[in-house]
Amino acid sequence: MTDWRKGQGARDARIRAGAKFAKGKIVEARDATALLESVILPGDRVCLEGDNQKQADLLAGALAAVDVGKVHDLHMVQSGVVLPEHLDIFETGVAKRLDYAFSGPQSTRIAKMLFGGKIELGAVHTYLELFARYFIDLTPNVALIVAISADRDGNLYTGPNTEDTPTVVEATTFKDGVVIAQVNEIVDKVPRVDIPGDRVNFVVKSDKPFYVEPLFTRDPGAVTEAQILTAMLAIKGIYEPYGVRRLNHGIGFNTAAIELLLPTYGERLGLKGKVATHFALNPHPTLIPAIESGWVQQIHSFGGEVGMEDYIRARPDIYFTGPDGSLRSNRAFCQTAGLYACDMFIGSTLQIDLLGNSSTVTTSRIAGFGGAPNMGSDARGRRHPSDPWLQAGKEADPDSPAALRRGRKLVVQIVESFGDKNVPTFVEKLDALELAEKLGLKLAPVMVYADDVTHIVSEAGIANLLLCRTKDEREQAIRGVAGYTDVGRGRDKKMVQHLRERGVVRWPEDLGIDPLEADRSLLAARSIEDLVQWSGGLYAAPSRFRNW
Amino acid sequence: MTSTPFVRHNAPSWYEASARERVRGLLDAGSFKEFIGPEQRETSPHLGIFDLPRQFDDGIVVGRGKLSGKPVFVAAQEGRFMGGAFGEVHGAKLTGLLRAARDAKSIPVLILFDTGGVRLQEANAGELAIGEIMRALLEARRAGAKVIGLIGGRAGCYGGGGLLAGCCSALAVSEHGRIAVSGPEVIETNRGVEEFDSKDRSLVWRTMGGKNRRLIGGADAFVDDTIEAFRAAALFLIERAPAFGLDVLKAEQARLAERLNRFGACADGLDIWKQEGIVDAASVPGMSAEDFTALANRIREPRYDAR
Amino acid sequence: METFSYRHKAERRSTGSKAQAIIGVVASGNLEVLVERVLPDTECQVEVSTPITGFGSVWEAVITDFVERRSPGGLKLSINDGGARADTVALRLAQAVRLIEEEGR
Repeated sequence: MTDWRKGQGARDARIRAGAKFAKGKIVEARDATALLESVILPGDRVCLEGDNQKQADLLAGALAAVDVGKVHDLHMVQSGVVLPEHLDIFETGVAKRLDYAFSGPQSTRIAKMLFGGKIELGAVHTYLELFARYFIDLTPNVALIVAISADRDGNLYTGPNTEDTPTVVEATTFKDGVVIAQVNEIVDKVPRVDIPGDRVNFVVKSDKPFYVEPLFTRDPGAVTEAQILTAMLAIKGIYEPYGVRRLNHGIGFNTAAIELLLPTYGERLGLKGKVATHFALNPHPTLIPAIESGWVQQIHSFGGEVGMEDYIRARPDIYFTGPDGSLRSNRAFCQTAGLYACDMFIGSTLQIDLLGNSSTVTTSRIAGFGGAPNMGSDARGRRHPSDPWLQAGKEADPDSPAALRRGRKLVVQIVESFGDKNVPTFVEKLDALELAEKLGLKLAPVMVYADDVTHIVSEAGIANLLLCRTKDEREQAIRGVAGYTDVGRGRDKKMVQHLRERGVVRWPEDLGIDPLEADRSLLAARSIEDLVQWSGGLYAAPSRFRNW
Repeated sequence: MTSTPFVRHNAPSWYEASARERVRGLLDAGSFKEFIGPEQRETSPHLGIFDLPRQFDDGIVVGRGKLSGKPVFVAAQEGRFMGGAFGEVHGAKLTGLLRAARDAKSIPVLILFDTGGVRLQEANAGELAIGEIMRALLEARRAGAKVIGLIGGRAGCYGGGGLLAGCCSALAVSEHGRIAVSGPEVIETNRGVEEFDSKDRSLVWRTMGGKNRRLIGGADAFVDDTIEAFRAAALFLIERAPAFGLDVLKAEQARLAERLNRFGACADGLDIWKQEGIVDAASVPGMSAEDFTALANRIREPRYDAR
Repeated sequence: METFSYRHKAERRSTGSKAQAIIGVVASGNLEVLVERVLPDTECQVEVSTPITGFGSVWEAVITDFVERRSPGGLKLSINDGGARADTVALRLAQAVRLIEEEGR
């Protein structure tokens, strides 16, 4: 007879084994390692949060401390490889295989370990893609999650940094997995129920609050004139003509500059209410001036941002909040919103080649993709029209009959032609290709593919790739905004001139912008302190950003 | 939608301005005449050995101009060139300016400090310069010239600059400004992170920052981070700063001894402020310039019989 | 340190009457430009001193474009570079010309 309940049987056995260390669902922190040794089996697929922002650091430490004789060869599936413990487990043999999406803070070490054969790489994903696989072929046997508080029934409050947790729990609980949560405190009643208790098997209270970093805070004091110029170009050359209301900003100083220019430069252009009204966006402090000035109607967030909690509580008309008043974020839904409900993605990158492929990979660092490949892709399943989407589609394909011509999402890469240490952004060949050869990868790690990119903005101008009709035009359009890099200086001057006449390439003067105007006095806020003042004192800037 | 509640003032920021922009904004329009300007190309004779770029004015702008119609001498350090640090030429320009003030006797000197101290690459010449500047500064004061220090830039006022600030007739400082001799990293390296965590910005500012300096009597005026606020403070301090003589020095010594007595056991700026009777000491760092200035004036009217 | 010197013909004289102007600061990613009105009306000269070696062709390209765009006739521009990017150099050169052409300062 076929046993159709193997999964349930295995789950029940794990829970029985773990129950030895629990009073009800509660487990003491000092028993966390023993709990994991009893619940996790060799070869298990384990999801450790590992989110973009919050980290289940106590559980990561407990996992790193297990007896490798009892727990080994795990297949880790997690969004982010962030803490040193996330890689320590591969050094010791506790873990063997990895599928993930983002490794920014560990980008150098993970590169070394991949080259050194210490990690068997499944694949690098974009967030939504990894979440999708949690439901098909990467379903976790055990999920190690993190929340702010729990009651004795295991109901969890994940609060502003809800992020990936509902998605991870959904896939794990309903496919016979075991869910172990670390929390800052155990309470009689949680402020709101983000994860219902019957999905949670064990709760461990940590001695200190879980690790979470302010990743989306950019100091206006560090915004440069070149970034202000690219922001002016983007607002006048893209936001205005396409009338972009629904959008996502990838994190970076170029987009921070745009956010800080809306109340000033954007106001001067008469764009309030016409652009940048609906965002899929983390709670960027640099958007505060635009919110306070009445630009923004609604924001849905992937995660939270340290320091923004009170401001968000005071602006529930703008942000998604629960009945308790705090932010509710959700990475999976926000990524979906960015894919289908936004008309533009604009973000930065490290390298762009002559086709328009963009990558953040260099030969010594592998940062993964995060959400950019998803946000920066054209959603071919989309069916509802909007003006910017239809306009972009028409530019790409003017000859097809309108009723059969789908639109295009605007996917904008905004860069400076030279990056850190004067390294050129525009290159003939991406480092990602060399990395693929070195590691034997089937695909070079490209963040946004050329056929998704619609515009490239640098301080030298804007290239509209939708209007390019041949591969040559595309190459010269890119060279036309590559400034004084080798790629830029190698342009065909006559051809670029023709492209300018057609509006395929527009330099600042073609848009009526004098680079001398790109001045820090244009910023609505020039310091973190200004942002605090804009927020009426509600924004509590983290200590690393302030002198007080 | 309601109208914008916060309007960022457009008054030029002192902190963001270059040395030349500060001088231009501080003085009466068109009144500034530079001494040994950049076109003279009096650059450092030492930086080339280290393959370091030079600046035409060696990081300090000196000259004379008018403040509300009255003549002043001005020296402004460029905090972003070599951290505003003193080198041979940089130091010599300030020495020369102060000697001119000594000879002129009644023309005040405004020193716009923005310095991390002495350049490592020109250590001997730099230290000598500090000594020469100190002597020239005190001779100028003795001859009747007031010397006013204005502090609010990126580099702060450290090392030899901190010593010179202590020799001035009066000081104006903004929230951004810091005044000390040893820098935070040096203290941490020498005394350990438990003694002083140089990465704790809040601690650095509670200890060396403009607000604490104002409250502890290390600076005479606290101003908003605008060029116009520093201008107003300069005018105010020129009028009110004491003359120089033995009795002033003795009063200063007494002031410092009393201060050490009062606050010597305090471990943190917060403790000092509590001692001074400030009810909500923890709120001081986050206070607006306006509220803070009102508080500081209530707590301690600047004492002009010392310095 | 590397030094370059470029001499160009300019279409017309840079306007204004100021004898000299200076802009910028020698710091990482920045540069200073001292501009002096000391040459015949249709000549211009750019002197560069930089600690970053090997970018001669980039300096040349930036300066050639600058001369064509801003016509700095009569001007000698002297640069102390702190390791600035090409677009920052272009910006400072343009700022220097604007400054020397400005009246009443």
